[in-house]
Amino acid sequence: MGINSALAGQVFPPSPVYEVGREKIAEFATAIGSADPAHTDPDAARALGHPDVVAPPTFTVIVAQRAEAQVFDDPAAGVDFSRLVHGEERFTHHRPVVAGDRLISTLHVETAREVGGNGILTTRVEIATEDGEQVATVRSTVVIRGEDQ
Amino acid sequence: MTAPRRFDDVVAGDVLPPLTVPLRRRDLVRYAGASGDFNVIHWNERAARAVGLPDVIAHGMLTMAVAGRIVTDWAGDPAAVVEYGTKFPKPVVVPDDEIGAVVEVTAVVSALDTATRTARVSITATSAGDKVLGKAQAKVRLA
Repeated sequence: MGINSALAGQVFPPSPVYEVGREKIAEFATAIGSADPAHTDPDAARALGHPDVVAPPTFTVIVAQRAEAQVFDDPAAGVDFSRLVHGEERFTHHRPVVAGDRLISTLHVETAREVGGNGILTTRVEIATEDGEQVATVRSTVVIRGEDQ
Repeated sequence: MTAPRRFDDVVAGDVLPPLTVPLRRRDLVRYAGASGDFNVIHWNERAARAVGLPDVIAHGMLTMAVAGRIVTDWAGDPAAVVEYGTKFPKPVVVPDDEIGAVVEVTAVVSALDTATRTARVSITATSAGDKVLGKAQAKVRLA
């Protein structure tokens, strides 16, 4: 079994607060090989008009994948994590993510279906500040490969 | 540091400076730690082969992130990227040696929107002759 189709349409409870730290942004930037000083030097970021160091464009995957894990960690979902392959990903930034942001993410399961023995799951994670300001939307499609795929 | 790129200095068809990115096992382990994605197929050969993969593969999100640098380096402000999306048609297979995999990234300005001063950039990423990103596009709000 690849995916429990009853997941479609489900909205999970909002996550605990994730506080974006300068060191985490620097660590993530290093891991993706970005030497842009706006990730590490608050003065460089301020020179660009940002209140503090800014996150790389895919940084919010950290909070998005934590939210998505609610599906993968749920035995009722029927997902074998090691058979999971990423199909598609899209980030929409409503405003830059900067150090000091306190983010809350909410997971929406858009579709969950079986196609040709594979499970296909599309999710949308809405990321906002704890004050309710929209920050980013992260859409993801994963394929859970069937046993004979 | 470079000044943010100005919308008025960009025309459709502009080619961005290309990028060659090596991805070795240690890069995958570092990304796993930074991102929190510890899926075994990204660091354990035995587990990768057990699910039918040829070897350890890079996180799709790592490939996407390193390819995105072609846009942020060009834009001069990483926060200029207001949208970034891609498909993952083929995995980047990363052998356990000092060379690892090599990802070649190219990009071109495919459209401009004067009203929002945004450029659409189409990105191509290949590794070992395979396209590893599909329909990768970034929307960039320029100065």
